[in-house]
Amino acid sequence: MSCFLTNSSVGKKLVMSITGCFLVLFILFHMSMNLTMLFSHSAYNAVCEFLGANWYALAATVILAAGVVVHFVYAFILTIDNYRARGKQRYAVTVQEKGVSWASKNMLVLGVIVILGLGLHLVHFWSKMQLVEIMGHHAALVEGYEVAATNGAALMMITFSKWYNVVLYIVWFAALWFHLTHGVWSMFQTAGFANDTWYPRLKCLANIVATLIFLGFAVVAVYCYLVSTPQLIESLLVAA
Amino acid sequence: MNFTLKIWRQRDAKSQGAFETYKVENISADTSFLEMMDILNNDLIHAGKEPVAFDHDCREGICGMCSMHINGHAHGPSQAVTTCQMYMRKFEDGSTITIEPWRSAAFPVIRDLVVDRSAYDKILQAGGFVSVRTNSVPDGNAIPIPKADADESMDAAACVGCGACAATCKNGSAMLFVAARVSSLAKLPQGRVEGARRAKSMVAKMDELGFGNCTNTGACQAQCPKSISIAHIARLNREFLAAKLQD
Repeated sequence: MSCFLTNSSVGKKLVMSITGCFLVLFILFHMSMNLTMLFSHSAYNAVCEFLGANWYALAATVILAAGVVVHFVYAFILTIDNYRARGKQRYAVTVQEKGVSWASKNMLVLGVIVILGLGLHLVHFWSKMQLVEIMGHHAALVEGYEVAATNGAALMMITFSKWYNVVLYIVWFAALWFHLTHGVWSMFQTAGFANDTWYPRLKCLANIVATLIFLGFAVVAVYCYLVSTPQLIESLLVAA
Repeated sequence: MNFTLKIWRQRDAKSQGAFETYKVENISADTSFLEMMDILNNDLIHAGKEPVAFDHDCREGICGMCSMHINGHAHGPSQAVTTCQMYMRKFEDGSTITIEPWRSAAFPVIRDLVVDRSAYDKILQAGGFVSVRTNSVPDGNAIPIPKADADESMDAAACVGCGACAATCKNGSAMLFVAARVSSLAKLPQGRVEGARRAKSMVAKMDELGFGNCTNTGACQAQCPKSISIAHIARLNREFLAAKLQD
């Protein structure tokens, strides 16, 4: 079994399936962390403190980054293979086949939007939190405020006080929603755990997971936009 | 009925092809698509022109020879039938019909609408069979097989190997064909014996011949003239991965 994960079509797809599954589980974990913001700002900061630049959070970050890189690189390898297999001559007339979702035919484009959003997100948050601690500092300057690396609540309030950030993040979550409506049931199919009885159930599960993730993230961004005031940000900075 | 036909004409594998437009008139609504093509070719021959080359054989939907991508559909707009079983009443009188050959790197065009589908034969030769010694005919009921398994095997065995799946797939993947062959044997005790070897060698041959990777769009099952389900692809994945994990 040395290399079927790199040299066979089904093996390469299994890598997509497993890394995809891992990323979905991480996203669900991240979403539940964010949801604490709705109940208590200090609880959210406690989570941020727990996941600073300590060994277990750093190890998890490295594994997570590897998951993203492998999923992304394999997506390109598979797409290049597929482009070649399709051949140079294309059909003059094409149709949208019955029962074929738009997302399933545009997974790479959706994935690229998700990666671009991830880049923005890392600049907005990771570079102001874990990276600051890795560099041995304690705080970063954000929009004129000195924000402690563990003060995620203040950082969120500052970032989402800008309407355009809220819009950008919602576009990002929407791309992720489409990606997951196909990706979540597809990972079961690729791993071989699917049949005609289970397709409706797996597709229903995919829609539920995708929608849950969309709403879970969007609600926190919108909440921050609605409640964020300079006074609240000041009080969060002082409290920390 | 009258139709305008836009047909892909290509002299041979090496030459550049192009669409040419033809008119066919006074076609009965109950003419099959291939009979309509015969009428067109008759007209072309009478006019001293080259007839359109297209594949066909049994004309009753079981041989898998007819192909053609018609108005964006493999085997035309009718559901679950091959081109030979589609009738002109399915089209609007006076409409334009675009007819193209299968488009997939593994199925090169030989001439006009004829493509080389021997890649599918090579995949079959790699393992799509049961190795048994020929002998006297065994008792048909000697090995009891659950009805559900026999039915599923037969559903997969309905594959005629026409190539519509790979021709439809945006990835040029042959997974539905390979899955149908693997699945039809995997569900029966006779085929079970060589299950692991079969899945591995057929997938390896499919990859070697340059077919693409399945991305589970389901376009193949929507266009398959035998309505073969992608559930067989899940079984192929299962068979292949289980076999590889035992190596």
